[in-house]
Amino acid sequence: MSLAATRKARSALAMGACIGSAALGLLALALILGALLWNGFTSLNLAVFTQNTPPPGATGGLLNAIVGSLIMTVLGVALGAPLGLFAGTYMAEYGRHAKLTMVVRFINDILLSAPSIVIGLFVYEITVVRIGHFSAIAGALSLALLVVPVVVRTTEDMLNLVPGGLREASIALGLPRALIIRHIAYKAARSGLITGLLLAVARVSGETAPLLFTALNNQFFSANLNAPMASLPVVIFQFALSPYKDWQNLAWAGALLITTAVLALSVTARILGAQKTMK
Amino acid sequence: MNESIPHDRVQETAHPLAPEGLAAPELPALPEKMSVRDLDFFYGDSRALKKVCVPLFDRKVTAFIGPSGCGKSTLLRVLNRMYDLYPGQHAEGQVLLDGENVLDPKLDLNALRARVGMVFQKPTPFPMTIYENIAFGVRLYEKIGKADMDERVEKALRGAAIWDEVKDKLNASGLSLSGGQQQRLCIARTVAIQPEVILFDEPCSALDPISTAKVEELIDELRQEYTIAIVTHNMQQAVRVSQYTAFMYLGEMVEFGETSQMFQAPKESRTQDYITGRFG
Amino acid sequence: MTETAAPQRAKASFDARALIVSREAALKRFELGDRAFHTLTKSSAIAVLVLLGGVIISLIHGSAPALREFGFGFLTSQSWNPVTEKFGAGPAIYGTLLTSFIALLIAAPVGFGIAVFLTEICPFQLRRPIGVAVELLAGIPSIIYGIWGMFILAPVLQATLQPWLIAGFADVPLLNDLFAGPPYGIGIFTASIILAIMILPLIASISRDVFATVPTVLKEAAFGVGCTRWEVVRRIVMPYTGAGLIGGVMLALGRALGETMAVTFVIGNAHKIHPSILGPGTTISATIANEFTEADGVLYTSSLIALGLVLFIITFVVLAASRLMLARIKRQEGR
Repeated sequence: MSLAATRKARSALAMGACIGSAALGLLALALILGALLWNGFTSLNLAVFTQNTPPPGATGGLLNAIVGSLIMTVLGVALGAPLGLFAGTYMAEYGRHAKLTMVVRFINDILLSAPSIVIGLFVYEITVVRIGHFSAIAGALSLALLVVPVVVRTTEDMLNLVPGGLREASIALGLPRALIIRHIAYKAARSGLITGLLLAVARVSGETAPLLFTALNNQFFSANLNAPMASLPVVIFQFALSPYKDWQNLAWAGALLITTAVLALSVTARILGAQKTMK
Repeated sequence: MNESIPHDRVQETAHPLAPEGLAAPELPALPEKMSVRDLDFFYGDSRALKKVCVPLFDRKVTAFIGPSGCGKSTLLRVLNRMYDLYPGQHAEGQVLLDGENVLDPKLDLNALRARVGMVFQKPTPFPMTIYENIAFGVRLYEKIGKADMDERVEKALRGAAIWDEVKDKLNASGLSLSGGQQQRLCIARTVAIQPEVILFDEPCSALDPISTAKVEELIDELRQEYTIAIVTHNMQQAVRVSQYTAFMYLGEMVEFGETSQMFQAPKESRTQDYITGRFG
Repeated sequence: MTETAAPQRAKASFDARALIVSREAALKRFELGDRAFHTLTKSSAIAVLVLLGGVIISLIHGSAPALREFGFGFLTSQSWNPVTEKFGAGPAIYGTLLTSFIALLIAAPVGFGIAVFLTEICPFQLRRPIGVAVELLAGIPSIIYGIWGMFILAPVLQATLQPWLIAGFADVPLLNDLFAGPPYGIGIFTASIILAIMILPLIASISRDVFATVPTVLKEAAFGVGCTRWEVVRRIVMPYTGAGLIGGVMLALGRALGETMAVTFVIGNAHKIHPSILGPGTTISATIANEFTEADGVLYTSSLIALGLVLFIITFVVLAASRLMLARIKRQEGR
């Protein structure tokens, strides 16, 4: 075989492998989604939304877990997002050229992918140990700590995308910096900031590990922030590992709910982000 | 043309504009709104302006011309301390605004910038309605009612010769306007907070010829009330809008004089070369 | 005009002076707000640093009893006995490193392949949809991967791949130890596959972004001298993006090391170092997730927190290295 033909063959082989790996990847992901949809939909019924988690062997729903997840996610985002927003604002505006910003950016990027279970341990140490019992507020706090890095990152990125000319033009009018940031930079970056927030919600709404030993679980309906609270991921975890068929079905139903919610959030965030770039 | 200046209006004093080696300019005794004296400017270690001296006469248009990188935009950004935004940039020397040194580190920068407005190369409307683009700045400094504010907005938009084009869509986004309209909106925004000096940094370089003509016309009207400095690449524009022209080259102020004299009979050979297109 | 302007000018300058006074008053009012906002944002930025410091300090504090009791032996000891209160991190660290390593071994080449497919081969109309699908899948909660692994993948592996591996390598020295039976279904190997599938979208999307930083002219020049597509990828794209690719892989490694839910379901929870990768094992995060709420006694809890500290240190090093490498490709792109 001539050299050219060998090279061509080798290239074709490698490209074939690339196509193969793409097919393999897509296949694996299709299998997962397929199993999720199949098992999720066959387990889904009205009771899932209207009844609380059942005792072993009985039938029931996921109402308390759904509500618990909503409460803790909202609370977590409400606690974490402002801190992230302000920190990101400092990094992109007041402290754009400061050393502090470089350090915070580095640390934040690490927190962004740090194991969430370790964050759970941290919150356990500072809340559960001190208060003496598990609570929804501890769960929300651990989710908040996972929200912060996501929001810091997107806030800084989005504010950095605000054209320098706009910032200079506002400064040239003699406007105070705080007003420029709040009324012009935030406004110009609004859809990007909302995108970041949605991504943060998507990130924490599926988190399980840090809730295991902060909010724990609660078989009954509870809106008490100072008591253990059920959440979808933790219920999925416990029910999936159980030997009862009913519980396992509920776990699949819960998994379908979470995945749907997360994908819906990501898609919305993406659409908003795409609008931003089109402008 | 320079002969037409009556001799008694020419001052041959030790004006700060006449450092060693420069042709002593013949300057009329006009009040100086701003005066730049022995200004050095540094980007980190590199020196971008070298002992620059130039006056901005009250209610006159002064054009700054010169090849790219000659320091004309840099000079403009010193006049309202815009460079303060960026680390590693600093200025030495004096820039006086009504006798007060603008480079004073204790100076309130927001107050300075409210007095010395700036219009940029690219139009920069704020992400809000046309009305709010104007009202936003005004509201900061003055507590005025809706009717007064409407009047102020109208006056500013009229002042920027854009009222007729936008009066029916004041609640539309500022971003919905064309480039030329956006630029005039930005001028209106600057005018609305009543500055004393307006700096134009190549205000027409992103505009089409018709919009350019409108903005030039506007600058000519604005000189009734404001002291104006304009940086331009376009020498015809300098001739059309300015009364005084400063030619800069490699960070130095080569020549300053009346625009008509400068373009007809420059004293410096480098000026001559530049305006006849031999370099730059 | 100069004559008519004179009185007007006097009036104007008077106005200007009045304006300056009111403006200064307004600016003074703003100054306080501005300074407060500045302080608020700066403290928030510092709070992010404090957060990391807090995590480290609380982990050290929590693990102190265990570290005092077991010393550095904690890292290597294989015993994990709540009854006698003897704890060692050996099997958990081994399991964590091994599952992540195998996962990378599978996911990195496949991920690169997907990225090459997306940037070089895929028809333009399909690039965006497939790219978006890959990115969306990177956001699916890991617990989904976990239950899929337990209910679907593990039984399939137990019935097909595992017996085949055990039989196929039975007569090959070394490998027969690596693939020794019985086929449990769950275990180190299954956990690694789940991890690989989970980090695959991450590797693919980062690699694709990194590949996109290669200037088109560079590729065109290579095609221009007659390079085949594979040679362009191998000789131009990959060397140009080397640091970024490694950074992306290490970021995925960081994820895999710390991943809890995808692993916990299928790892088997055995505190033993098994020579066979088909056997059950455990990882740091799986141990914590399974045992933390049931742990009683200071030493047990403290040992679990010490495991968390070890995990945090490992991932910190990996993630820091990854960020530095990704930062390098960003600078290169900026140039």
